[in-house]
Amino acid sequence: MKVKVKLFATFRKGRFKEEIFDYPEGTKVEDVVKQLSLPVKELGIIFINGKHVSLEAKLREGDVLSIFPLVGGG
Amino acid sequence: MRNFNAISREEQEKLKRSHVLVAGCGGLGGYVISYLARLGVGRITAFDPDEFAEHNLNRQIFADMSTINRTKVEVVKENLSLINPEVKFTGIKARFEEGFEEVWENDIKVVVDALDSIPSRLELARICKEKEVPLVYGMVGGWYGEIGTQFPEDETLENLCRMGVKGQGVEKEGGVLSFVVGGIAALQAAEVVKVILGRGEILREKVIFFDFLEAESEIMELF
Repeated sequence: MKVKVKLFATFRKGRFKEEIFDYPEGTKVEDVVKQLSLPVKELGIIFINGKHVSLEAKLREGDVLSIFPLVGGG
Repeated sequence: MRNFNAISREEQEKLKRSHVLVAGCGGLGGYVISYLARLGVGRITAFDPDEFAEHNLNRQIFADMSTINRTKVEVVKENLSLINPEVKFTGIKARFEEGFEEVWENDIKVVVDALDSIPSRLELARICKEKEVPLVYGMVGGWYGEIGTQFPEDETLENLCRMGVKGQGVEKEGGVLSFVVGGIAALQAAEVVKVILGRGEILREKVIFFDFLEAESEIMELF
């Protein structure tokens, strides 16, 4: 199944801004995070099609997955 | 105070009668307070436990060679007396958790988050719910910033921070750039004014994420 992955801010460094991947059925958000070597403790918020989801959420054909790092300073 | 036609005479009077609480007088807090004073907000109460230090010079508007080692809330008070002497400013040299209950007054219309850690920000959100007051939050790190307004019944900030409640964000390694702080603080000040005046579009149940490097913004809907 095809899924568009969008990365934001520091997560783009050495990776990409936006790419389409072909994942096996049943792939979860955490599998993508692992595959892209995104540091879990730097994760801020994750959306599938604009709705915020957990790492356990399953992806479906045509989904847009957006991953933001945590920004916490003031 | 003159803000010409952007704010009517009645609205200007309303701002003058308003009381805003700001948690933190560092990066975001310094700018937000200076913007609110120039807008003619009548009363500002602020918390900060610290003194200015050399490492604040890159982004904190009231940090300079003459204010290093001086108490932040005292320096802010002096500056406000020069910017707008009509502002009644109360500065408390403490973390907001320690003094909130003592200084709380029911005329506080809106609270501004200018804190530098996620756990304190979530604690502030909890207190604002208890006091039934809107919270304008802002978060900065590196080239990036986020800003929105949370009303007592909303869970926007909790959802935004859910994955990283214990941690620090990209600011830990990337620091924070001056214009990111000023930019996000400006948007926070605009939210404060809109909440007080009941005008315009408030960033409720949504957060704007700004990438100052790529000149991009993204609206995240969180409800």
